[in-house]
Amino acid sequence: MKHLLSIDDLDVESLTGLLDLSEQFLAVNQRDIPKVPALRGKVVASLFYEDSTRTRLSFETAAKRLSCDVMTFSVAQSSVKKGESLRDTVQTIAAMGIDAVVVRHPAAGAPHRIVDWIDASVINAGDGRHAHPTQALLDVLTLRRHRELAGLRVAIVGDVRHSRVARSNVKALHLLGAEVTLVAPPTLLPESLEGWPVQVSHDLDEVISEVDVVMLLRMQFERQREALFPTVREYTARYGLTEVRAERLKPDALVMHPGPMNRGVEVAAAVADGPASLVTEQVANGVAVRMAVLYSLLGSGASVA
Amino acid sequence: MREFRASVFDAGDLRRAHTRIAHEIVERNHGADDLVLVGLYTRGPAIARRLAAAIEGFEGREVPVGALDVAFYRDDIGLRTVTPVGPTEVPVDISGRVVVLVDDVLFTGRTVRAALDALTELGRPRAVQLAVLIDRGHRELPIRPDYVGKNLPTGRTEDVRVRLAEVDGGDDGIELWDVHDEGVGEGIG
Repeated sequence: MKHLLSIDDLDVESLTGLLDLSEQFLAVNQRDIPKVPALRGKVVASLFYEDSTRTRLSFETAAKRLSCDVMTFSVAQSSVKKGESLRDTVQTIAAMGIDAVVVRHPAAGAPHRIVDWIDASVINAGDGRHAHPTQALLDVLTLRRHRELAGLRVAIVGDVRHSRVARSNVKALHLLGAEVTLVAPPTLLPESLEGWPVQVSHDLDEVISEVDVVMLLRMQFERQREALFPTVREYTARYGLTEVRAERLKPDALVMHPGPMNRGVEVAAAVADGPASLVTEQVANGVAVRMAVLYSLLGSGASVA
Repeated sequence: MREFRASVFDAGDLRRAHTRIAHEIVERNHGADDLVLVGLYTRGPAIARRLAAAIEGFEGREVPVGALDVAFYRDDIGLRTVTPVGPTEVPVDISGRVVVLVDDVLFTGRTVRAALDALTELGRPRAVQLAVLIDRGHRELPIRPDYVGKNLPTGRTEDVRVRLAEVDGGDDGIELWDVHDEGVGEGIG
């Protein structure tokens, strides 16, 4: 495997292999010196055309813990502001000698184009509403550490329409045998769900007491160009994981959120910080998953072939 | 081509080699104080546990046993797929102690080189020694074992197969095979 663009690049075996490898890196991250020389001399560039806190820091931390050198590209301080095209920017960075580029871009498919332009490995850190494979990997890793995934009932709740996290998670969870229900108002679902291995509900109260996991999505106000729901308050009343609604969860149900959270909108602060929440664990696991991805892509020998 | 050449050790030979190496470790270190046995995956941890059990048998002293995965410290990452085998677990602080690295077969020495790097991140041992069941030659680095079950001259197209009941199932044994066309993992041991 040379690139990771989508969960579609993985089958059950390679997905499970990445999760197993992530466990090894979780152990490395527990050590006094959470760093190994595995990818010494490799150069990883992070190229983020959209704002990010956790994904970017997580990838950069992962690369550093593998002893990679990290080149950080910040769009705001770059020649992109002078009108440089994505292709020129990427080829310029590649010409400096890099082994991998971690890219986030508002246009779906941008990472796929980059693959054609440069020799380095390309890792998709989120492209438009299309895919965010490492988020899905860290989510299934987090769940796998608590539950058997086969037969697990997972509700993905919220702004599915604009969510690359939802798209990637549906695929990863399905590969591992979990049963996914999307819960959202019709306006926040994609126009077509044909081929999605999911059930759909428009009523969170109907499913809340039956699922093992509630995965909340961030309301992506920045991608919404029209009024898709009447008011934020009404959205929260019907689809938010409020404290009252959380009381109807199964006693051992788990709550996840990819961050950043709109506290009080899709999830109540007390629930996000409560005992059922895996939110901080998701962040910690994200570093290990990204170490596993970098190690698999840059350490497999595929890049020298 | 894959051809059986010879049996090197049967279960009895292996047991006697363990017992002798255990005695040599204790003799060389004037007792079992401050010792830590650290096995290298895949079979090293099992061998280390056997050595520790033997030492406890005649010295009456429990010796801590650890396991080390050297995958992330290897120098051939990127040349082939290097996959970690198990968790690194060393139950005591190795600083100031004598660490005996334990492996089944010593070949190029590159695994041991990686293990020395991995150890430095766990602490600063007073000394590091090396125990192996088989030294098959073909060293590519200036590394030599302190304790050897058997020196076994081999060809590069030969493979030394170690079988330990608790790792591989079946009876203990070590065999020499010719694997001419399959290629031995060159530079791995």
